Amino acid sequence: MLRTLLIDVGKALYLFSGLMGLAAILTWMERKQSALMQDRVGANRARIFGLRLLGLPHIITDAVKLLTKEDFVPAGVPTWLHALAPWVTLTVACLPAAAIPFGHVLPWGGQAIELQLMDMQVGLVYALAIASMAIYGVILAGWVTRNKWAVLGSLRAAAQLIGFGVVLGISLIGPVLLYGTLNLQEMVHWQDTTVLHGWLPRWGIFFQPLAFLVFLTVGIAETKRIPFDLPEGESEIIGYFLEYSGMKFGAFFLADFIETVVVAMLTVTVFLGGWSVPYLSADQGGFVWPWGAHTAVPPAGVALLQMAAFWVKVFAVCWLLLLIRWTLPRFRIDQAVRLGWQYLLPLSVLNTFGTAAVLLIVGQ
Amino acid sequence: MKYWWYRFYYTTRGVLWPLWVGLVNLFRRPVTIQYPHEKPRLFPRSRMMLYNDIDNCIGCLQCARVCPVDCIAIETVKADKDLGVTNTGHKKKLYVTIFDIDEAKCCYCNLCTEVCPTECLVMTPNFEGSVYDRYNLILRFAKITPEERAEILRKAGGKTAGVTGILARKA
Repeated sequence: MLRTLLIDVGKALYLFSGLMGLAAILTWMERKQSALMQDRVGANRARIFGLRLLGLPHIITDAVKLLTKEDFVPAGVPTWLHALAPWVTLTVACLPAAAIPFGHVLPWGGQAIELQLMDMQVGLVYALAIASMAIYGVILAGWVTRNKWAVLGSLRAAAQLIGFGVVLGISLIGPVLLYGTLNLQEMVHWQDTTVLHGWLPRWGIFFQPLAFLVFLTVGIAETKRIPFDLPEGESEIIGYFLEYSGMKFGAFFLADFIETVVVAMLTVTVFLGGWSVPYLSADQGGFVWPWGAHTAVPPAGVALLQMAAFWVKVFAVCWLLLLIRWTLPRFRIDQAVRLGWQYLLPLSVLNTFGTAAVLLIVGQ
Repeated sequence: MKYWWYRFYYTTRGVLWPLWVGLVNLFRRPVTIQYPHEKPRLFPRSRMMLYNDIDNCIGCLQCARVCPVDCIAIETVKADKDLGVTNTGHKKKLYVTIFDIDEAKCCYCNLCTEVCPTECLVMTPNFEGSVYDRYNLILRFAKITPEERAEILRKAGGKTAGVTGILARKA
């Protein structure tokens, strides 16, 4: 009993420290990658004992700055509601990660630890349901601060998140039909093999490229970041967290990065083979290369490789999301809503019917 | 429907092409110059702060006359002894008692260095002209001290020549 509890706490600590840590690193990557893309140097002023460390100490200086700033609450606003909104946003941003499998099994003291926080049959639905709740924090933040611009920002957020939330669900029906399951761990198992005589990993992206593109686009929209940052639009169109300062603002800011990581995790799990390493098979006890060679790997090594592969893939997708974020300009609200309803929704419905038709013809 | 496809094509192209450009630039070297730690490499004939090599100055006043913003102030007194010649062989007939350039006024047009017959007035590559008091931007090139100047003026009976604007009156 205690052992199970400790294992669960350990898994939760591992996953969420990885999630928060990656989100914190993304705040640094955001600056550094944008600087490199624009042929600049980027953040490099903060130092620890004279070490610049490529500007990594800026993560700490940011946190110190946000924590020591004045926490301003507008007059006539219930303080507890004002404080609730960032925490709703932050919590809801973190929770979908609980359904994500971050590894297969880890052999530990003669016992196999399932590397997933909640092994649910409806893991995907759970993740999407929690992700759709992000709207509550946003609406609360806009509404409670009694600022008409903040309210307008949160209404834009509502229009955007609801519109794209629909597409988010429908775009994943194609992969779900293909895998025949809503369980995220089983989805990864389906992808943890190869096709084309062992040359190509059986990843969802190769079978559902359209769904991948639509899901990634909608995922960016769900994170409320550029090019879909009309709910926020910090300096130009004023977002829903206008009346927040200090660490409460930091919570909203961090929630965006956490959502980015969570979207990357979902993308990896559904389309990029999750924790599966290409050509590595736990049943065969090592790598089975396409040309017939075999490299033996001990079971613990297999488990660690898979755990590492998950984070590597998540990091790669985060990198891609940042690349997109620093490339495209912001959509207008009408453009964003039209993109959601007129382009992505028909495309995802088309993908659903196409996948269903193909599966019907092929006969599973 | 044709319009739908038109927009679809241009949107897709407009997303993918910038992504490619961003990706290419990601692997380029930064163009930033970390200024206080490294200085920019200037072009050979950059026009920066002026410098006058007063030993070669004959006090001909051409620079002060050509200056479009009147930032050069010169006062000369007829020499009562042989002052020698400049590097270019011009005979120095005048004491240059005041040679002030107000860099705050200077428009860096390079006209003064063009007309200088002895090439003693030049533009240096020094561009770091920030000072706490703007009067510190008045560069005083004359080597003659105020005491020596008073002595020279007394001997010459107060007869001076030159282009002395507001600067010289302040000096």
